[in-house]
Amino acid sequence: MKPFVYERARDAAQAVAALVADPDAVFLGGGTNLVDHMRLGVASPDRVVDVTRLPFDRIEQLADGRVCIGANVRNSELAAHRLIRTRYPMLSQALLAGASGQLRNMATTAGNLMQRTRCVYFQNVTTPCNKRQPGSGCSAIGGYTRYHAILGASEHCIAVHPSDMAVAMSALDARVVVLGPSGERRIPLVDFHRLPGDEPERDTVLRHGELITAVELPALPVAAHSLYRKVRDRRSFAFALVSVAAALDVRGGTIADVRIAFGGVAHKPWRATRAEEILRGTDATPEQFERAADTELAAARSQPGNAFKVKMLRNTLVAALQELAGAA
Amino acid sequence: MNADAANAPLRTRAIGQPLARIEGHAKVTGAARYAWEHDLSDPLYAYPLQATIARGRVVSIDAEAARALEGVLAIITPDNAPKLQSDENKELWILQSDGIGFRGQFIGAVVAASLEVARHAVDLLRVQYEEEFHDADLRADRNDLYAPECVNAGYPTDSVEGDVDAALQAAEVSIDHTYTTPMEHNNPMETHTTVAIWNDGHFTLYGSTQGAHSLRKTLAPLFGIDADAIRVIAPHVGGGFGSKGTAHAHDVLACLAAQAVPGRPVKVTLTRQQMFQLAGYRTPTIQRIRLGADREGRLTAIAHDVIEQTSRIKEFAEQTAVPTRIMYAAPSRRTTHRLAALDVPVPSWMRAPGETPGMFALETAMDELAIACGLDPVELRVRNDPATDPESGKPWSHRDLVGCLREGARRFGWDRRDRAPRTRERHGWLIGTGVAAATYPRYRMPGSVAAIRYGRDGRYAVRIGAVDIGTGTWTALTQIAADALECPVESIVLAIGDTDLPNATVEGGSSGVSSWGTAIVAAARAFRDHHGRDPKVGAEASAASPDNPDEERLAMHSFGAQFAEVMVNAATGEVRVPRMLGVFSVGRILNPRTARSQFIGGMTMGLSMALLEHSVMDARFGEVVTHDFAEYHVAAHADIEDVDAIWLDESDPHSNAMGSRGIGEIGIVGAAAAIGNAVWHATGIRVRDLPITPDKLLG
Amino acid sequence: MAKTMALKVNSETHSVSVDPGTMLLYVLRDDLKLHGPKFGCGLSECGACTIHLDGKAVHSCVLPVEAAVGHHITTLEGLGTVEKPSPMQQAFIDEQAVQCGYCINGMIMTASAFLAQHPNPSRDEIKQALNGNLCRCGTHMRIVRAVQRAAKTGRQA
Ligand SMILES: Cc1cc2nc3c(=O)[nH]c(=O)nc-3n(C[C@H](O)[C@H](O)[C@H](O)COP(=O)(O)OP(=O)(O)OC[C@H]3O[C@@H](n4cnc5c(N)ncnc54)[C@H](O)[C@@H]3O)c2cc1C
Ligand code: SF4
Ligand code: FES
Ligand code: FES
Repeated sequence: MKPFVYERARDAAQAVAALVADPDAVFLGGGTNLVDHMRLGVASPDRVVDVTRLPFDRIEQLADGRVCIGANVRNSELAAHRLIRTRYPMLSQALLAGASGQLRNMATTAGNLMQRTRCVYFQNVTTPCNKRQPGSGCSAIGGYTRYHAILGASEHCIAVHPSDMAVAMSALDARVVVLGPSGERRIPLVDFHRLPGDEPERDTVLRHGELITAVELPALPVAAHSLYRKVRDRRSFAFALVSVAAALDVRGGTIADVRIAFGGVAHKPWRATRAEEILRGTDATPEQFERAADTELAAARSQPGNAFKVKMLRNTLVAALQELAGAA
Repeated sequence: MNADAANAPLRTRAIGQPLARIEGHAKVTGAARYAWEHDLSDPLYAYPLQATIARGRVVSIDAEAARALEGVLAIITPDNAPKLQSDENKELWILQSDGIGFRGQFIGAVVAASLEVARHAVDLLRVQYEEEFHDADLRADRNDLYAPECVNAGYPTDSVEGDVDAALQAAEVSIDHTYTTPMEHNNPMETHTTVAIWNDGHFTLYGSTQGAHSLRKTLAPLFGIDADAIRVIAPHVGGGFGSKGTAHAHDVLACLAAQAVPGRPVKVTLTRQQMFQLAGYRTPTIQRIRLGADREGRLTAIAHDVIEQTSRIKEFAEQTAVPTRIMYAAPSRRTTHRLAALDVPVPSWMRAPGETPGMFALETAMDELAIACGLDPVELRVRNDPATDPESGKPWSHRDLVGCLREGARRFGWDRRDRAPRTRERHGWLIGTGVAAATYPRYRMPGSVAAIRYGRDGRYAVRIGAVDIGTGTWTALTQIAADALECPVESIVLAIGDTDLPNATVEGGSSGVSSWGTAIVAAARAFRDHHGRDPKVGAEASAASPDNPDEERLAMHSFGAQFAEVMVNAATGEVRVPRMLGVFSVGRILNPRTARSQFIGGMTMGLSMALLEHSVMDARFGEVVTHDFAEYHVAAHADIEDVDAIWLDESDPHSNAMGSRGIGEIGIVGAAAAIGNAVWHATGIRVRDLPITPDKLLG
Repeated sequence: MAKTMALKVNSETHSVSVDPGTMLLYVLRDDLKLHGPKFGCGLSECGACTIHLDGKAVHSCVLPVEAAVGHHITTLEGLGTVEKPSPMQQAFIDEQAVQCGYCINGMIMTASAFLAQHPNPSRDEIKQALNGNLCRCGTHMRIVRAVQRAAKTGRQA
């Protein structure tokens, strides 16, 4: 690991300034992803700016019903919070389906959004990878693709975003609050992560020096009736093969409102807008759920090692919607 | 003392009691010292440089930037490494040539004042390679498969009896399938560690090893010194499961590094990723099994043909089909082993090597045969239970597979099982049960010696250079010594884990307690013969593990029956194992507590193998790409619901004075087949390639 | 470049002089000679290195030592000793949970932080709390029983 300077940010503006002044500096959250990467040689910053003591550690309900989650709120706290458990159960479930207790005690909301892919070639500096070293090639194509994308990939990169939390936030229409050198901006979560295209090295639209300060959740009544279902090889402490975050509001057999996002299948949390469109206003029947799933997955392109994901995701989505419809 | 007297059955009092682990307090408070943790002054740290190509040679290593780093004490490369005196074992013959035999091989090392500096310095080394075409792809259709001279543990490579092909042709019922098992890694939680000090022509090593004495005997010829010039200390070892049974390259690296800085301790530990390259693994296997039987399920022919891999630099020939030679009666039988020598890391021992993958295939095939014959799978096995060893014709010292199957069936509620598959479903989960047999040979390795001395405190100091890798050696040997000396366990002060103690063979092949315990019994009997029941302070005796003529006369094997219940999610293919039961016939149980732990530990590893474990070799790179605990899944708490083990109440007086046969490995054997057979019963889907992951059950 | 800093470990303040990028695990093991925490993976994947940071179970293998300055660190040694084991340690002895013992630090540290928050857990909650702690010897069921036993002792105390 390359030696680095460690410093604690005094305040948000100073943290931003520190990065603006140094192109090789990075923010440090819980460190559970960044420090791994430093140890593996995937990242080699010369300066890490610890932002965990900045005062973004609260979960607040705003007057208009929105909920504001501070960037430094730890994953374990967020999952356990009463507001989240009652108003956005899918988010709480997604967090608890991710990582381990120790990791969630350290991992921050911002860090979780910003975590990088678990693609085995990305994490192994002895193999080519366009995301780690643009232009070197994508080793996953033609290699081990069990945990790779079936939606929205490019010939340059087929990696997936590993976060469970972000999948739920995507379904919940969350917005990311960001402080940059020229002030604050809000980015819808669905636009926060990118598809790889020909720039797989860029995971998100965040610019160097921009600091995440919070994530806002809209009031969204449908979210109270939601779940997160994650399919994985090991029953706990494993990344998703596929996952589904879904919220459903059924009135008199008709779907009044619905939110769906997928994890483990794309370079970003995959908001299933086509499926949502089909379902809104239709009957809550297994046939409609299947039709919605098939429509959304019509664009799926798999690799030899992950073709199973299409069926697995379809089945998981249908089962999740049936569970929500049944319990309504 | 003649062999009969030395092997005469022991009167058991402490043996059979659930004595609590002697080292339990030390382990729960952090007081137990593992290899890295001995307090040594001024230690240095070595970190290896590894090849990033799978075959070729190192042209040059530019060390300028690394050398300039503060805290770097030595940079060792093939150019300046001390010359090793023996190249017999190419896995250990490191830094001696510019050749590269597999990706990850050591090609250099840095010794520094801290681990961070050593690691950083290694990152700064610039290596130029001349890369050659490599081949890391195990396939059945390779044209360079070869028959090794023999397979491991000295078994013949092939065995033939009768005309198998004709018998298969004539069989009323037959099955013919290919089963595959993946590369798997032992992954003991303690990463392989060696701390070495080189002083005046002597090494002191703190090691994580399954054999302190065997480690030094392996290392001594490499350094051209006597084994006595090496002391190995290993009081506590954080698991091994075979991977710490032989010396590996890091042991040699620690010694070479220590020679570069005489007098200073040098610490080496592999990272978890390096464990996937340098600590051995279970070879992947491709196994074709053909069974022929009459309509009543009586086997007429068994053919088991195995293809597996070894590394180009060192042969390791796993004995995968060997258990098939003794499992079932049949007039004709053939087993073969063929190897592909590849540019891959060197395979090695992993818990029940041979039996584990081999019995997955055989016991899955037996399930398929039971279905083809319309027979209950327990009954099929009972019908084919041989009265004598089918291979050698020798009588069994004791074989009670049938007892295990029947007792297990009774306890498991087997008679309530539906005949047809896919008949039970609850809340979207398909439910099924399965059974498989287990077996493991009884081994004893000759050469262990124990010494006993009566001390001023009125206690017996029992000394033997054995090790405890978590199996319960500290406790079991204390119990054996107490019974052999006919005194309470409190009167025994056991010393193990140090080559300054008398020679002890390696903890391998579940032979530890048989090999060491018999030495202790012999020493105790010699002690009583010479010094009587009222010895003087300072009275001493020692003896070696006695020969046992019964080993030639009789076939000695342990057996077991594994039962599993599974639930398979109909939508997603996820598998849960709510219940597992193992019933074992293993001779006398020395300590029910530690024994249960061993069985359950083996079964847990078997569950893990069945559902999770997979070292994915990317042949393009010659690299295992799933090389950490985030990718290589081992069973964790959520996966383990109810794993239970029991044993038949028995003693095998032919095996040794304690009546025991060894228990460390049999628990894993057959476990994966039982789960796979249950998965078939739940879903109607037969999975013949491990692991049984959700994608294979999407239906 | 080595830097001197003060670490609060097991209620004592230690001055250590190390590279600030060193992971806390190595400082505990190599500088402070606290061998409860173990190295099993170095990448938050196994739990062997678990310690308490202000009472919460976290991995010490990915925590740069400087980030730990100012926090209260507790290691296995801070819970109890061979002579006077903590109730959780005693429960592990009573249930004979240990095999090779290498994972046990992580199990005990995680379980004790968990019990402090959830004094009356179900079996499933215990298993979930321990899901980041791998054991290769197969001690899982005895460990869960040990935690249940400790919970019971805690409720009686
Ligand atoms: C073994 C293992 C298993 C895991 N399993 C799962 C799983 O199943 N599901 C899952 O979702 N996750 C899983 N994770 C990932 C885990 O959730 C992430 O590592 C964690 O959320 C990252 O948060 P952190 O605060 O530690 O981030 P850090 O490691 O500190 O930082 C990550 C990135 O975020 C940047 N960053 C941090 N704070 C800010 C900020 N305020 N503004 C802008 N950028 C910032 C950093 O510069 C860095 O690039 C697992 C991790 C491990 C090691
Ligand atoms: S999939 Fe993306 S991250 Fe993985 S090797 Fe290809 S480019 Fe790199
Ligand atoms: S060593 Fe820290 S989690 Fe494995
Ligand atoms: S006791 Fe050995 S790893 Fe858990």
